Amino acid sequence: MELLESVFIKNGLVVAFAAVGIVVWFSYFISNKLTNGRIHGSAIAISLGLVAAYCGGALTGGKTGVADIGLLTGVGLMGGGMMRDFAIVATAFGVHIGELKKAGLAGVISIFAGVIVSFIVGAAIAVMFGYTDAISITTIGAGAVTYIVGPVTGTAIGASSEIIALSVAAGLVKSILVMIGTPMVAKYIGLNNPQSAMVFGGLMGTTSGVAGGLAATDPRLVPYGAMTATFYTGVGCLMGPSVLFLIVNAIY
Amino acid sequence: MIIYGVALLSVCLVLGQYIGELLGDFIGVQANVGGVGIAMLFLVIACSSSRFKSLTEGASGIGIKFWSAMYIPIVVAMAARQNVVAAVDGGLLALLAGTTAVVVSFALVPVISKIGTQSEPLPPLGSDAGDNNKGES
Repeated sequence: MELLESVFIKNGLVVAFAAVGIVVWFSYFISNKLTNGRIHGSAIAISLGLVAAYCGGALTGGKTGVADIGLLTGVGLMGGGMMRDFAIVATAFGVHIGELKKAGLAGVISIFAGVIVSFIVGAAIAVMFGYTDAISITTIGAGAVTYIVGPVTGTAIGASSEIIALSVAAGLVKSILVMIGTPMVAKYIGLNNPQSAMVFGGLMGTTSGVAGGLAATDPRLVPYGAMTATFYTGVGCLMGPSVLFLIVNAIY
Repeated sequence: MIIYGVALLSVCLVLGQYIGELLGDFIGVQANVGGVGIAMLFLVIACSSSRFKSLTEGASGIGIKFWSAMYIPIVVAMAARQNVVAAVDGGLLALLAGTTAVVVSFALVPVISKIGTQSEPLPPLGSDAGDNNKGES
């Protein structure tokens, strides 16, 4: 048993390939047999991944889900930022430059609209919960932008660590909900062409959420959504501690 | 050679990330601004230019297509390493803030999509093979 464990740990990334392969196979099996293909196999696989992440986190108390379990540390590397970005860029292979140009303006508008709208929503809910100081309201609002913008903004304007943790949690909820919710609402929001995918990426902005949500909807839309989403966090980090904080500060 | 395609992909990503970091530094934020998006633009430009043909066609192209097809498994692994416990533990405020932001943003997709020239819906995915990414058979 100890020998087996050490083999698993020594070959972490390879074990991750096998484990994810089994999960994906099982998900497509369920998708075909139980839902008759109505629920996409990749949507099931991503949901299973999230459930596993919850179990991993609950069992170990760590922050990286399944990857905190010794035997499955390789999942952390396979699903980490480096591999994710590498694969996202690869999906751009075969993208038409014309489609990108067509959605250029709408894409740029969506990034700013997305940051501002999410911020206002987050800030309004912070106010509803009784926060009255500009620093807390801004930090929670920034958390609703993404879980990176929240702590960056909070740190910059001097928020307490509880508020920063809260903003990270709000951002995580957003990212996870985008992963699960996108395939369900895709039909109703016209998410079936490159242009709306670019707008979607700009509005949602959470790279993980957009990556997961579009993968579960239609993998061909991934490069378009990912393209705009990658600018969102930067714009959010730019606006959060500056313009947005000043506006909130002027009101409170 | 498969490695030529993989190398092209890698160079695009590293260059894009570097420019994204420079951009973030330039505007004074502690974040990478669009690094991945810029890397994607590099790859799109390389693919449509005849100068890079030998790096994007044939066996070299397979090197890129492989990683494109690995996208969904990597996203599954990404889902499995999220801090779901922290999201659940955030309580009602975090839950409401995150959920409302998503719902409002979803509702804005059709509104902003109307700006500019419209693109055609993609043809429906094939019933069976369509589940796979391009590059898989």
